[in-house]
Amino acid sequence: MKIAVLGAGHVGPVIARLALAAGYEVTIAGSGAPSRIEMITEFLAPGAVALTAADAVADAELVVLAIPWHRFSSLEPGMFAGKVVIDSMNHWPPAEQPLGTSEEVAARLVGAAVVKTLNHVAYQDMEPAAGRAVGLAGDSPAALQAVVEFLARIGFDPVPVGSLAAGRLLEPGSPLFGVAARRQEIENFVKEQS
Amino acid sequence: MSTTTFGLDTFGDVTQDASGTPLTHAQTIRNLVEQGVLADQVGLDFFGIGEHHTPDMPLSAADVVLAAIAARTSSIHLGSAVTVLSSDDPVRVYQRFSTLNALSDGRAEVILGRGSSVDSFPLFGFDLADYEDLFEEKTHLFAELLKGGKITWEGKTRAALHEQDVVPYTEPFPTWIGVGGSPQSVVRAASYGFSLMLAIIGGHPARFAPFSELYKHALEKFGRDPLPIGIHSPGHVAETDEQAREEFWPHYLDVIGRLGKTRGFATPTPESYAHEVGPHGALFVGSPETVAEKMARTMKKLDASRFDLKYGIGGLSHESLLRTIELYGTKVVPLVRDMLA
Repeated sequence: MKIAVLGAGHVGPVIARLALAAGYEVTIAGSGAPSRIEMITEFLAPGAVALTAADAVADAELVVLAIPWHRFSSLEPGMFAGKVVIDSMNHWPPAEQPLGTSEEVAARLVGAAVVKTLNHVAYQDMEPAAGRAVGLAGDSPAALQAVVEFLARIGFDPVPVGSLAAGRLLEPGSPLFGVAARRQEIENFVKEQS
Repeated sequence: MSTTTFGLDTFGDVTQDASGTPLTHAQTIRNLVEQGVLADQVGLDFFGIGEHHTPDMPLSAADVVLAAIAARTSSIHLGSAVTVLSSDDPVRVYQRFSTLNALSDGRAEVILGRGSSVDSFPLFGFDLADYEDLFEEKTHLFAELLKGGKITWEGKTRAALHEQDVVPYTEPFPTWIGVGGSPQSVVRAASYGFSLMLAIIGGHPARFAPFSELYKHALEKFGRDPLPIGIHSPGHVAETDEQAREEFWPHYLDVIGRLGKTRGFATPTPESYAHEVGPHGALFVGSPETVAEKMARTMKKLDASRFDLKYGIGGLSHESLLRTIELYGTKVVPLVRDMLA
């Protein structure tokens, strides 16, 4: 499976490194020309290929959105149709009443199968993944299965928390956000909230 | 490579008296001047104040405090740690630090940052959606200002300048970019010829090694001479490891626990704290020997020639901070110098 990571900031290169270490083919795109992130890619995610967002997405089965939330609206939505898309973004600063970013992502990226995950783990806590439990939420069983496999292979312990709407349980303000929660703790919290 | 230098950074957290009552903002600021003076007396190279705008950290006008310290010291360099350039006017930042540079006889330094605490954005009417653009443009303007002479500049984030004098003229002062984890900021620092200050506040410091490599490579690519790489990390020094850890822990838990809720880092636990103060964490908390050993190892690993210990965390006492400064200057730094020699 080919992975496209959109975002060459704090988070993107970390996820790219984890995926490369797990043996995936990885492309990475920032905003604008690939030449702008070639040096960053060479040193922070050696082995990944820097492309434009359109080229990276066109070639990938799984796309990871690791861009600032306020940049999301600048992505061309059509190119994501038929892809599994991981939304790892957060409202920043945290919204007063967090609405799920992933529901908004799914509404805009028509035809994509959106899964929310990794947004609740700080980038400095992702590496090494070391079996850390991460929640994931989505409406497509096939996409969820693909993301479970991806997360497990790059070193996490994936814990489904429900539908995309339930992904709000992973957002800022939730007791699971930014916390090194264990699988059992995530499962218990989800049960309490349902 | 450049000379090795050692500094202290503070965010000016409100301290407490012996009974646990918080001091006033005014007293906290006056105490800060005493801390800066002591840093000079114990032979440190740099004293930096990080801009913040909250009741817990009332140091919103760091350059004024630095000027007061400048008037009472003779050797130590004085600077920001960081100046949130995105929500400030580069012209005013340049003017304030040029003035400080004049007052201190060439001892000013500036560390520019995007700001990981974003309190200044709503305060000064900036939109977080412009976070990257503001920093990009304003860094460019600041680099132009440092060249001196009449300036012509145009951008989206501030009024254009045409053949403008920006005074006072002083000798150029060292400018750094503080980087918390954004690789673009590393490349940007290299492209403008600014030094790189790595803010390492959690996790394994060694994970920043690729940033040092990226920076050195980028400097080379942009045809620039090597420039210093610095490390900014939090810590606390006491006579023994046990004492340092016990003094720091409740305040660390309190402050990080509160900040973490909005910034996405984990609430500390006794286990995570033990890890952070241990050899693979980012907290430089312990006896002079422990802190020195960890500093030397980290500086070697990241090829850094500067280390700024961010001392003091909300709720510690002024007296405890003075003790940390004294131990850092008289014990820790000489030990690190020996280890690096």
